[in-house]
Amino acid sequence: MSEAPPGRAASLSLTARLALGITALLLVGGVTLAIAAFAYGRTAAREAFDRLLVGAANDIASTVSVENGRIVVDLPVSAFQLLALAADDRIAYQVRDIDGSVLTGHTDLPQPPRDAQFYDADFRGEPARYLRVTRRFAERAVSGGVDVIVGQTLRARTELAYDITRKALYGLAIGGIAMLALAVVVVRSALRPLDRLARQLAGRDPQDLTPLQTAAPREVEPLVRSVNSFMGRLDRQFETMRNLISDTAHQLRTPVAALRAQTDLALSETDPARRDRILDRIHKRSLSLGRLLDQMLSHALVVHRSGSARREPVDLRDIALDIVESGDHAAVAAGRRVNLDIGTDPVTVLADPLSLREAASNLLSNAFAHGTPPVTIGASIEGGAYLLWIRDAGDGPPAALRAAIGQRFLRSAAASGQTSGLGLSISKSVAEAYGGQLRLENRPDGFRVALVLPPEEGQP
Amino acid sequence: MIRAILLTLLLALPAQAQEARARFGAPGDTDPLILRTTTDIAVFGPTVRAYLDAHPDLAIVFEQWGSNDLYALSAAECAAGRPTADVIISSAVHQMIMLVNDRCATSWTSPATESLPDDLRWRDEIWGISREPAVIVYNRRLVPPGDVPQSRFALLDLLRPEGSLYAGLVATYDIEASGLGYLFAFMDSQEATTFGALMEAFARSGAVATCCSAEIIRGVADGTYRIAYNVLGSYAAIQATANPDLGLVYPSDYTLVLSRAAILPGRGTPRPEAGAFLDFLLSPEGQSTMAQMNLIMGSGALSLDATEDDAPASARLIPLSPTLLVPMDRAYEARFIARWRAAFGH
Repeated sequence: MSEAPPGRAASLSLTARLALGITALLLVGGVTLAIAAFAYGRTAAREAFDRLLVGAANDIASTVSVENGRIVVDLPVSAFQLLALAADDRIAYQVRDIDGSVLTGHTDLPQPPRDAQFYDADFRGEPARYLRVTRRFAERAVSGGVDVIVGQTLRARTELAYDITRKALYGLAIGGIAMLALAVVVVRSALRPLDRLARQLAGRDPQDLTPLQTAAPREVEPLVRSVNSFMGRLDRQFETMRNLISDTAHQLRTPVAALRAQTDLALSETDPARRDRILDRIHKRSLSLGRLLDQMLSHALVVHRSGSARREPVDLRDIALDIVESGDHAAVAAGRRVNLDIGTDPVTVLADPLSLREAASNLLSNAFAHGTPPVTIGASIEGGAYLLWIRDAGDGPPAALRAAIGQRFLRSAAASGQTSGLGLSISKSVAEAYGGQLRLENRPDGFRVALVLPPEEGQP
Repeated sequence: MIRAILLTLLLALPAQAQEARARFGAPGDTDPLILRTTTDIAVFGPTVRAYLDAHPDLAIVFEQWGSNDLYALSAAECAAGRPTADVIISSAVHQMIMLVNDRCATSWTSPATESLPDDLRWRDEIWGISREPAVIVYNRRLVPPGDVPQSRFALLDLLRPEGSLYAGLVATYDIEASGLGYLFAFMDSQEATTFGALMEAFARSGAVATCCSAEIIRGVADGTYRIAYNVLGSYAAIQATANPDLGLVYPSDYTLVLSRAAILPGRGTPRPEAGAFLDFLLSPEGQSTMAQMNLIMGSGALSLDATEDDAPASARLIPLSPTLLVPMDRAYEARFIARWRAAFGH
C-alpha cells in the first residue's frame, strides 16, 4: 500500500468538484421538485377530476323533477359517461328525497359532513371522493332539497399525480445530464489558459527569468502577475549576487595587492625604524580593508532583506535611541560623543528595523569619519514625511561624490581608501526599498543626511 | 381423455334457479373450479373440454343459470363475503359491471388480458370474452325475400300498415324476464331515436315479448312467429345450421355486438386456476373453440382483436364501462320497464 506524500496529496480536480456540486444540487433540487411536483400534481388531479364530479352531479340533479307530486329522477347516461373518463374508477351515487329517504342509487354511502360539498370517504373499502349537490324545489306539493351525491374512487387522480411527478423528474433528469456535460466542457475550456501557462513555464530555459507574455483571463491575471513578480525578484536577487561577487573580487584585488607589496617591502627592509613605519601602514591598510568588508556585508544584507524581509511598523525614534545606546560608533570614533534629538510623538513607518539600523549606522560612521563634530542623530516628522537623520557641523561630501551615489557603489571607493560613498549607497538603497529617498542638505547648522520615508498609513 | 370426462346433467330443482349442472374433467379432483354462466352447456361445453384436455388433473363444475338469478345469487354471496364460484361468465354484462363496481370481483392481469382493447376490459376485473351480434331472425317460408327487413327502418315499414301481415307475429325478449333482453333494449334506447318508433310499432302491431333465446328461435322455426327482433346471433346461428327455414339479418343501420363478460368473484387474490382458465378463453386457441360454437361471429371485423377502426360502421360493440350502471339503477329500470310494459300491453 503506497501512501501519498504528506501535505502534497492531489486535491480534487475542479471538474470533479463541479460535477459533485451540480450532482448535489440536482439531488436536492430533484427531491424538492419531486415533492413540489407531486403536491402540484395532486392538486391538479383533484381539481380536474372534481370537475367531473361537479358535471356529473349537476347532470343528475338536472333530471330530478316532480311528477304527480312525487320526486322522480331519470338517471342520465351522460353523467356516467363523464365519470367514466376516469377510466378505472368505481362510481358511487345516491339521490335522496326531501325527507332524506334514498330515491335511487347506492343505499349505503357514507353521509357527508354538515354543509360539506366535497368530502373524502371510502367506497367499498377503497378511498373515494364525493360531492353533494342539493337541488331545491318549491312547489305546491313538494318543498325542500333533493340531495344528489356522486362519488368516485381515486385511481385516476393518483395516476395523474404520479404522471405529472414522473414527467417533471424526466425533465429534470434530462436537464441535469445536459448541465453536467456542459459543466465539464465549461471547466475544461476555463482551465485551458492554466494548462497553457503551465506548459509555457515547463518549457522554459532555467536561466530565463523574463516575465511571461501569455494573454490570460482576468481571473488568472493575478496568478500571472504573481509569477512575473516572483521571477522579477528572483532575477534581481541573482543580479545583486552577481554584482556583489564581481565587485567584491574587483575591490579586494587592489588593497590585497597593495598589502602584498607592502609586506614584500617589509620583508626586504632591514632598517627597523623604516620597517616599523611600513608595518604601521600595513596595519592601517588592513583596518581599512576590514571596514570595507563590513560595509560590503552590510550592503549585501540590506539588499537581500529589502527583497525578502517582512515589513513591520517601526518607530524611527527607537532606531535612533538604539544606535546611541549600543555605541557601535565607538569602533569608528573611540571616545567621541553622539547627540540624540527626538520628540515626543511616535514616528512610525513600515519597514525592516534591521535594514534601517544598518543604514543609520553607516551614515553615523560616515559622519564620524569625514564630518565635523558634534554629531547628532534624530527622528522627526517634516512636511508629512518621516525622517531618520544624522547631522554634523561640516560641509558634507564633495559634489563629485554626491553625484556618484546610486551608481555601482564600490568602483572607486576602496581604491581611494574612501568608503563614505559606500555608506551613502547603502542608505539610499534602504530608503528606496521602503518607498522613500535619501536627502542630503546643507543647513545653517551644518550638513544633514536623512532617510525620508512615507508614514505607516501611507504605505500600500 | 374423453372417457375421463364425467358429464352429469341435472334438471334444475324448482327451488333453485340453476338451470343445469355438469362436471367436466378429472373425477379425482376434490376441489374443482366452479364456473357459473348464462351460456348453455351445449354451447360453451366444448370450450371447457378443450381447456381440460390440456389440464388432465383439473375438473370444472359447469353451472348454467338464468342471468337475473345469477346476478341475484352473486350479489348476495358478495354481500355475505362468501363467493362460491371461481369464474362467472354472463351475457348480462351490465349486471357484471354492477358486481365489479360493488367490489365483488378480484383483479387479474396477464399478457392475454392486457392485449384486450379498452372497451373489453375495466379495472382489470372484468373482461369481454366473446363477440355475438344481436340479429333479426325470420322464417324463410313465411317471409318472402322482398319483405325481409334489412334494418330497423324496414321492420318499422313492415309493421306500419293497418292490418299488417306481421301483426302479432313479431317476437322479442321479455326484458323483465331476461337480463340480456333488457340490456339490448337499453342499448337500442341509447343508440337511436328509432327505439321509440319501434316500441310504438311493436305496441300497435301486438308484438309478443317472451323469454329466452331458445324459445323465441323455436317459435320462429315452427311458424308461431314470423320475425324475431334482437335475438342473440350465436344461438340463432346454431339453430340456422340445423334448420334451413331460419334466416338471419344483421341490421344494416347498426348491429349491436355483445361481448360476454367474465369476472373472478371474490376480493383477495384469485385462484390461479381461475386466472389460467380466463387466459385460455382469451388465447387464440380458446377463441377458436368459441368461434366454432358461434360465440365469436362474423369475419375478422367482429373478432376479439379487431379495433373499432376496422369494424364495419354498423357494428356497435357494447363496451364494458361503468356507463352500464345506468340500466342497473332501480329508478331507471322501473321507468324503462313501465314504458316497455305500456307498449306491450301487459
